[in-house]
Amino acid sequence: MKIKTLTIAAAISVALVGSAEARDQIRIVGSSTVFPFSTAVAEQFGKASNFSTPVVESTGTGGGMKLFCSGIGEDHPDVTNASRRMKKSEFDNCTKNGIDITEVKVGFDGIVLANAKSGADLDLTLEQLFLALAKEVPQGGKLVANPYTNWSEIDPSLPNLKIEVLGPPPTSGTRDAFVEIAMEGGCKTLAGAKELGLAKKACHAIREDGVFVEAGENDNLIVQKLEANPDAFGIFGFSFLDQNSDKVKGASIAGTAPEFEAIAAGDYPVSRSLYFYVKQQHVGVIPGIKEFVTAFTSDSAWGPDGYLVDKGLIPLPDADRAAMSQQAQGLQSLSM
Amino acid sequence: MTDTPANDVAARAEDRSAALVRKRYRAERRFRMYGLAAIMAALGMLTVLLFSIVSSGLPAFTTTQVALNLTFDAGDIDPDGSTDPAKLASGNYRGALLKSLRAEFPGAETRKGRRDAINMISNEVTFVMRDMVLADPSIIGTTQRVWVKSSADIDQLAKGSIDRALPESDRRVNNRQLGWFEKLEREDRVKTTFNTTFFTTADSREPEQAGILGAVVGSALTLLITLLLSFPVGVMSAVYLEEFAPKNRWTDVIEVNINNLAAVPSIVFGLLGLAVFLNFFALPRSAPVVGGMVLALMTLPTIIIASRAALKAVPPSIREAALGMGASRLQTVTHHVLPLAMPGILTGTIIGMAQALGETAPLLMIGMVAFIVDIPQSFTDPATVLPVQVFLWADAPERAFVERTSAAIMVLLTFLIMMNLFAVLLRKKFERRW
Repeated sequence: MKIKTLTIAAAISVALVGSAEARDQIRIVGSSTVFPFSTAVAEQFGKASNFSTPVVESTGTGGGMKLFCSGIGEDHPDVTNASRRMKKSEFDNCTKNGIDITEVKVGFDGIVLANAKSGADLDLTLEQLFLALAKEVPQGGKLVANPYTNWSEIDPSLPNLKIEVLGPPPTSGTRDAFVEIAMEGGCKTLAGAKELGLAKKACHAIREDGVFVEAGENDNLIVQKLEANPDAFGIFGFSFLDQNSDKVKGASIAGTAPEFEAIAAGDYPVSRSLYFYVKQQHVGVIPGIKEFVTAFTSDSAWGPDGYLVDKGLIPLPDADRAAMSQQAQGLQSLSM
Repeated sequence: MTDTPANDVAARAEDRSAALVRKRYRAERRFRMYGLAAIMAALGMLTVLLFSIVSSGLPAFTTTQVALNLTFDAGDIDPDGSTDPAKLASGNYRGALLKSLRAEFPGAETRKGRRDAINMISNEVTFVMRDMVLADPSIIGTTQRVWVKSSADIDQLAKGSIDRALPESDRRVNNRQLGWFEKLEREDRVKTTFNTTFFTTADSREPEQAGILGAVVGSALTLLITLLLSFPVGVMSAVYLEEFAPKNRWTDVIEVNINNLAAVPSIVFGLLGLAVFLNFFALPRSAPVVGGMVLALMTLPTIIIASRAALKAVPPSIREAALGMGASRLQTVTHHVLPLAMPGILTGTIIGMAQALGETAPLLMIGMVAFIVDIPQSFTDPATVLPVQVFLWADAPERAFVERTSAAIMVLLTFLIMMNLFAVLLRKKFERRW
């Protein structure tokens, strides 16, 4: 009994002494889309420098912002990743807590609609995509529940196939970006939609009658399901298409196939920018932050020949990249 | 005439009873069949599950190596010939490697070719070269044949997970790389070895460098904290409730609440840990100490309930005999009841620990779902645990992580089976029946 008491006392004192130690590794939180890139840089950085390897946590963009903006001090993360730009409300929250931020745009990510190699080729406009997946569509001057069951009902040029789309759940950043870019984009150009109140947020509603199946956050799972069912389409990030090019192919949107060059040039319509944000107050307090930012924004990482491209990142154009890396390494403050 | 109706009744009654008996037997046989079918279905599903995990996980235990002639060019590695270790450590190993690759692979002169060549081998090779030079600076300026790890894509190709017959556009490995690889194969410079990396490193973004050790150490540290906290507290609560507490309404309320607590979803304990341990006590995120505390809360009810059952199973005659011999109640408990109940208590504890080992949800909340490359050294270092590692790898886009996910599940299952086996053995060996 005595020994046990001693062990417990020892464990507790170890814990207390441990927590009093200063943190010597960078802590990164945020988007699961940026996670594969951020971790790749963290690992390279840990190996090539004398600093400890940064710890990267995948919390989602919103969750990351909340943690990041909650305060200054080593209990709070130093960097947050985001698959969209910081919102004004999040910025205000950060400012309220006295945090100065440096914004770094790292590149692009495409969102693809893909099906099995053996399936039909599809070339859609955003409008057709909206008509296939929206909860309510305008018909005969009023809004009705989406009546389309086959692609060919939307447009005779499309294949006579049942519409069946697997996609991420609403908690996912990919879903957010998909509804904002693809659904809203299609809705905007649809004749007569605006008059019926279909604008902005109202366009985001995805049908719930079983045509769109929420397949979970795991994109690998969607790829496997597509392989098993050649008639179904899936929505996921470009890096998964890139890694599984022997199993699935991407549908063209507005005539542009989801290929590396097309996304990099901005021709492929469903793409978004990826960011990370640095807490300036932690630079010099937590060792290695400045060096980490330099490592991330060096051409051997995020350039067209860098290792991040192999992970599926689509780099910024050369001029933007040079400007951005200067801005990042100079730790310019973000204002909104 | 008078006999006939009676005979009829008797005959009918007999017939019916025989039929009823047969019907009862039939019903019993049916019932046994249902039971058997249920067990067979469960076993079948278990077999399918294990088969799919093992068959997809086994390839992860081997890895592909290729023999390369690496030139340790003095101009790149040690331009001023100082052999100062600090300078050697920061030499241009990538440059030296690229030169070696150019000599090795025809066509690697162009930018595209260079990338194809460098993607043939693991990106840890530059660090391997650095370590070789630091260990023995005399190899500078020489060419050495070194077995190096291939990249994950080449590994998949060697294992047959990438089909060589597919058209080039559908393949992760292009024709040039395939040509180089087949040349290496012809020259007998490709070998398959046991994947020691998988058991000696922590997580990595490169599948061929990723390992499970970081998660195993994280799990061990976390479970140690869980055991140290939940075992004494759990056993003491059980002893008090069972042996000392008066039986009144208050103890009833406590008992009901403990039982309820055992049924609370584990994510709730995670939220509690976030609010209390992280936000209020400002303990570090992602640390095994916090993970262990959260899991201890979750395991406590299991241990208390199992311990109480074990204490209840000790016959009252033991207590009465001890008290009759003049022992105090504390002596009765510590000298007689507790040792006799210990096998049952330990079994319950091990099962509780096994549950804690497989838990992911509460750890999500306290930041243990993170990418951590360094193996944790203390209770406050950032760490992940085994099931979280499975979760992280299942989400990774690289194809080679699929087999590693299954391999990690195999490691986790091995630990769970070992713990449960230990619990069964303990019970078999020490349990006493009265």
